[in-house]
Amino acid sequence: MESTLRGHVHKFGKNVDTDVIIPGKYCNIIDPAELGKHALEGLDPEYTARMKAGDIIVADTNFGCGSSREVAPIAIKGSGTSAVIAKSFARIFYRNALNIGLPIFESSEAVDGIESGDEIELEPATGVIRNITRGTSYQAAQFPPFMQSLIDAGGLVPYVEKRLAEANR
Amino acid sequence: MTLTQKILARHAGLDRVEPGQIINANVDLVLANELSAAVAIGVMRGMKGADRVFDANKIALVEDHFVPAKDAQSAKLAKLMKDFAVEQKIKHFFDVGRGGIEHVVLPEEGLVAPGEVIVGGDSHTCTYGAFGAFATGMGSTDIAAAFVLGEVWLKVPGTIKIVYSGTLKNHVYAKDLMLRTVGELGIDGATYRAIEYHGSTVDALSITGRITMANMAIEAGAKNGIFHADEKVIAYVQERTDRPFMVERADSDAVYERVIAIDVDELEPQIACPHTPDNVHPVSQVTREDIPLDQVFIGSCTNGYIEDLRVVAKILQGKRISPNVRVIVNPGSQKVWMQAADEGILTILAAAGCAVNTPGCGACFGGHMGTLGDGERALSTTNRNYVGRMGSPKSEVYLSSPATCAASALTGIITDPRVVDAALV
Repeated sequence: MESTLRGHVHKFGKNVDTDVIIPGKYCNIIDPAELGKHALEGLDPEYTARMKAGDIIVADTNFGCGSSREVAPIAIKGSGTSAVIAKSFARIFYRNALNIGLPIFESSEAVDGIESGDEIELEPATGVIRNITRGTSYQAAQFPPFMQSLIDAGGLVPYVEKRLAEANR
Repeated sequence: MTLTQKILARHAGLDRVEPGQIINANVDLVLANELSAAVAIGVMRGMKGADRVFDANKIALVEDHFVPAKDAQSAKLAKLMKDFAVEQKIKHFFDVGRGGIEHVVLPEEGLVAPGEVIVGGDSHTCTYGAFGAFATGMGSTDIAAAFVLGEVWLKVPGTIKIVYSGTLKNHVYAKDLMLRTVGELGIDGATYRAIEYHGSTVDALSITGRITMANMAIEAGAKNGIFHADEKVIAYVQERTDRPFMVERADSDAVYERVIAIDVDELEPQIACPHTPDNVHPVSQVTREDIPLDQVFIGSCTNGYIEDLRVVAKILQGKRISPNVRVIVNPGSQKVWMQAADEGILTILAAAGCAVNTPGCGACFGGHMGTLGDGERALSTTNRNYVGRMGSPKSEVYLSSPATCAASALTGIITDPRVVDAALV
C-alpha cells in the first residue's frame, strides 16, 4: 500500500469526461509520460504547465464519464498528478484507475470542503483526507471488500498471474 | 431476476445473483480495437504465465479507430494488433477493407447472440444488448485479463426498466427516442446500472433501431442496455451462425430499481445540444438561423447502418446540399458500404455533394477524417458531444437522427426532417 500523498489541489466541476481528460487525437499514444503532457488539455490547457508533481485533482460528480480509454487515467498519472478525489466516478474510469494504480477517493464532504490551491494530505491505506490549509479532515468511502482485496494484491495483473499459476499447477 | 441478472447468473454458474454481488462470469467474446488492444497487449506481455489467449476463436480484433492509418504512430498500433492476431491465431481479426466499425461488424458476422456475455475495450460495446446479450465496455487492463482468463469480475447491476408506449410519428426514429431517454435519465442517471428496454414502441422497432438505443445506454452512464431477443433477432442471428445460444427472459417477478414510462405519441425529433448528450431539446427549439452548421456527419456505431443510409438517401435524392456546409458520410462497415453501393445510395449521396468515406470511427472521436476546427459547428448522428469530442475544444457538436442530419444538410441549419419532406411533396 502506498505511503502518504501530499500536494496542492486543482479543483474541477462535475462530469469531467474522458474526451477532455485526454482528447481523442492523442489516443494513439501509449507512452504514459507523453500522454501526461496532454492531461486535462481539453478542459484546462494550462493544467500541466501549472501543476507540480504530486498535486491532486478534486472534482464533483461523475468524474471520467464517456469512453473506456484507459489512457485517460494513464495520462493523469503520467502528468505526475498523485490522486483524484471526486464525489463520484464513472464506472469504467473507476475500474481503469484502480487497474493502472491511480489512487482515487470518493468523498462529497471532502470535495465541498476543499478549494483550488489548498494543500492536502491523503492516506491511501485508510482513506483519510486532511486539508492542511484549512485544518479539516475527511474520511473517503471504503472500497468494497473485493476491490480492496484486488488493491491489496497489487492490482488486477498479480491477481490474474495467481489464477494462471493455480491453473497450471 | 431481471434479464441482466439471468444472463450473469448462468455465466457465473450460479442459480441466482443479486444486485451488488461480485461475480466471476465466463465470457463468450472479448473485443478490442487497435487502440484498446495496443494497451491490452502490452499489459498481457507483462503478465507472468500469460503466453496464450484463452480461446483464439472467442476474441475479435477490429482495426477501426485511426484507420486507414492516420500517421506512422497510428500505423504502429494497427500493426501491433495485426501481429498479435497472427501470433495468437485469432480467428476474428478484421483489417481495413474487410471489417469496419467494430460494433457494426460483430453482429453482421454472427459473433453476437442472445444470452451471451461480451466484454469489449470500447465503451459502446453495450450495443450488443440489442440482441439480448449482456455486453459492457471495459478498459485495456480488464480486457487483457479477459484475453487470458476468459472471464471477468463484475458487480451485478441493479436494473432500470423503461417502458415505451405509443407510435413514433413519421421521421421520428429510435435515435430521437434514445436522445429523449438520455435527456430524461441524465448522463450519470444510470451509472452502475442496467437499462432494460420494454414496451410496444420498442417491440415495433427494427434491429437497427434497437442497436441505436442499446449503443447509447453508456451515455446515461449505464453498464449495459438490453432488449429481449424476439423472433426477428433470433432469425437474424441464426442466418449468421450455427452456434447454439440461449434466449433468456426476465422473470415476471423481477425486481427493478426504477420503472420509467415514456410515451412517444407526441415526440418530435430530438437534438442533444453542446456539450453533453443529456442536453436534449426538441428540434423546433434549435432550428435557428443564428446557429449555422459547418459540417454534417452521418455514420458511427450509433447510426452507420444501411437502414440509416436509406433514410438519408431518400431525403437527399436529386438535391444538392447547402453550399455552406460539408457533409461526410461513413457507412459503418464494408458490408454496409457494398449494400449502399448496390442500392445506388453512394451515388445519390455523392451527387448531392456529400463526401463518402470508408468505414471507421475517426470522425466521431476527433481522430481523423472529419475533425472540426476552432469555432466550427457540426450536426452529427454520433453518440457524444463533449467539449472537443470531434476536434477543437472550441468547436460544437449537436447530435440527431440521420433524417434530421439529412434535412439540415439541405438547409445549412438544424432542420426538422418533416419540414423538408413536406416541402418535397
